Amino acid sequence: MTREMTGAKMVIQALKDQGVDTVFGYPGGAVLPIYDEIFLQNDIRHILVRHEQGAVHAAEGYARSTGKPGVVLVTSGPGATNAVTGLTDALLDSIPIIVLTGQVPTFMIGSDAFQEADTVGITRPCTKHNWLVKDTEKLSATIHEAFHVATSGRPGPVLVDIPKDVQFATGTYQPPKPSASHYQPRLKGDMEEITELVAAIETAKRPVFYTGGGVINSGPAASQLLRELVEATGFPITSTLMGLGAYPASGPQWLGMLGMHGLYEANMAMHDCDLLINVGARFDDRITGRIDAFSPKSLKAHIDIDPSSINKVIRVDIPIVGDVGHVLEDILKVWKSRGRKTDREALAKWQGKITEWRSVKCLTYTPSETVIKPQYALERLEALTKGHNRYITTEVGQHQMWAAQFLGFEDPNRWMTSGGLGTMGYGVPASIGVQVAHPEALVINVAGEASWLMNMQEMGTATQYRLPVKQFILNNERLGMVRQWQELLHGERYSQSWSEALPDFVKLAEAFGGKGIRCSDPKDLDDAIMEMLDYDGPVIFDCLVEKHENCFPMIPSGKAHNEMLLGNAETQGVIQSGGAVLV
Amino acid sequence: MSALHIKKGATKHSAYNLRPNFSDVQERHTITVLVENEPGVLARVIGLFSGRGYNIDSLTVAEVDHTGHLSRITVVTTGTPQVIEQIKAQLGRIVPVHEVTDLTVAGPFVERELAIVKVVGQGDKRVEAMRLAEIFRAKVVDTTLHSFIFEITGTPDKIDAFADLMRPLGLTKIARTGVAALLRGE
Repeated sequence: MTREMTGAKMVIQALKDQGVDTVFGYPGGAVLPIYDEIFLQNDIRHILVRHEQGAVHAAEGYARSTGKPGVVLVTSGPGATNAVTGLTDALLDSIPIIVLTGQVPTFMIGSDAFQEADTVGITRPCTKHNWLVKDTEKLSATIHEAFHVATSGRPGPVLVDIPKDVQFATGTYQPPKPSASHYQPRLKGDMEEITELVAAIETAKRPVFYTGGGVINSGPAASQLLRELVEATGFPITSTLMGLGAYPASGPQWLGMLGMHGLYEANMAMHDCDLLINVGARFDDRITGRIDAFSPKSLKAHIDIDPSSINKVIRVDIPIVGDVGHVLEDILKVWKSRGRKTDREALAKWQGKITEWRSVKCLTYTPSETVIKPQYALERLEALTKGHNRYITTEVGQHQMWAAQFLGFEDPNRWMTSGGLGTMGYGVPASIGVQVAHPEALVINVAGEASWLMNMQEMGTATQYRLPVKQFILNNERLGMVRQWQELLHGERYSQSWSEALPDFVKLAEAFGGKGIRCSDPKDLDDAIMEMLDYDGPVIFDCLVEKHENCFPMIPSGKAHNEMLLGNAETQGVIQSGGAVLV
Repeated sequence: MSALHIKKGATKHSAYNLRPNFSDVQERHTITVLVENEPGVLARVIGLFSGRGYNIDSLTVAEVDHTGHLSRITVVTTGTPQVIEQIKAQLGRIVPVHEVTDLTVAGPFVERELAIVKVVGQGDKRVEAMRLAEIFRAKVVDTTLHSFIFEITGTPDKIDAFADLMRPLGLTKIARTGVAALLRGE
């Protein structure tokens, strides 16, 4: 059905037809016609954020926790430029986001008009694709195409820039139809490569699955298939930061996260394996450490929907371009039809080796009865929230790594964190986006005090929409990760890495209309956490923790997986050559 | 001294020194990219090269299919084999890109460039310029009593050679189109 309507109305109609129920945004001069249409309808809920960066991160939280694309509506000029960090974050973490920006009217473009910015120019490198719509007739089709591009293939952020005169003008609305564009990424993997991988699976003696955000992005079915394949083969599995939850943390084959602050057993397995199966990860530098010493003895297979990820960093032997879900399904099919073979004897030996590594207990930390150790805080948080319908977001830094190490994720879409870009200030708005999508769930933002301050204005959003987000701040009064690097690499010169003049977080919570809780004694921690969980509304939990705790294990810069530091680096002395490992 | 064995005050150590040590032989490749002729598409391609630190030796672009709104971009680039592979993969990832062909791999291919060359001179130099132009099958497209403008078509090498010869004979200006290229045969 085609209809005549204004561009502004078209935007709302297109969003409705795309199944959008929530928009995160902030009004301004160049989007007023669209906001007028929002005022006149009740199908789409608009969440008014306090800063456009918050809108994009909230949409990311919404998208990552639902599997649906997140939608953002902001104005021209500063509205668009404030969205840039969020767009870049979504690009690096492959999160489907549709950002609609207002623009000055077409006849004023290029005149340095009030609140004019070259939005498509500025956002070209930080979107998967973007469009400037100069004709109302093309507006609806462009928005539908934007949804298609954002959600197909490797997902990512897109932006549609809509001049104000295009919003006012009338045109014909085109309802969505199967995309006619040539952009149709391939989903099925090459059967020849898949068969080659199956043959490798059958004979592997020391295999490991290395999984990433691609499994989550592929949908819950991909996680199911992954679990089936892991259980059936008995291969151990590790995951990147972005992939946590695809395989349950309680699963028998789980090695924990790998990489710079990954677990000893995971990194050692990566280093010593003879078959490395990368499922939807991208050999990020936080994972690989030193490239020429990365998993030196293994045959490498890489499943990725984005051909440019293949051989970008690590040369692989079996490249499979395709959607993780489709490829895993084919792998299972072929492997089963060939008799479900694995080298069980060798696998048992490999498991023995892994058990040995596990016994190192790399997450051990020195407990304290007087100060809350950040690791202890997260252990208690995990213990007290495990049974809940729980979603976790984080900021960026030490607390993020500790959260990844100490919290267990049983399902996909439960863990929202800024991985690729490492955006401090991600967690508060992301927790809001998650809570909007899951009003009944327990949403906790594990934060550091410095990151948390970066987008704290969004607490106003939480109060306005009665979103009971729990802000769990591990407050060490330091930029902990920066401080750690300065300690290890810059001669303990702590340049600008402390948090001076911090606000009183309890009063701050009250000022925002929420509840504030402060805890500094390990003995009070459980009660304080329970108080946070019992409160029906937003909470800022100021958890005063050990100020100089370092995050371990750590693969130091330019080192290989088997050259991890395991705690108390200052006193442990030396890294020996030849892959000897500190314990 | 920290456990990293790095002296206090050392700052040159970084986590980002992670370049792989694949083949470092520089190769020259001619790549054609069929793109939707929409606003900003050239900026996307150029932005990819500058943003990821790839080289552009030559670049030409023009619409080749008016009804289908398609343009062909021909890029000549140099890089290690791994970089060339990345360039092709990254180009293929741009949404309005329809097709990426590495002619150097798919070859043999025809490669042509057009140049117009202004040569100012008198007497023997002017005669010699004219004689050499004939050898190179360059056409005279403008003349005064003291100058010629030659039009020459050929491979970039041929144009380089022609320009080198013209320089001592009074070459004052040269404009080159960049390379256009197509695969030979069907």
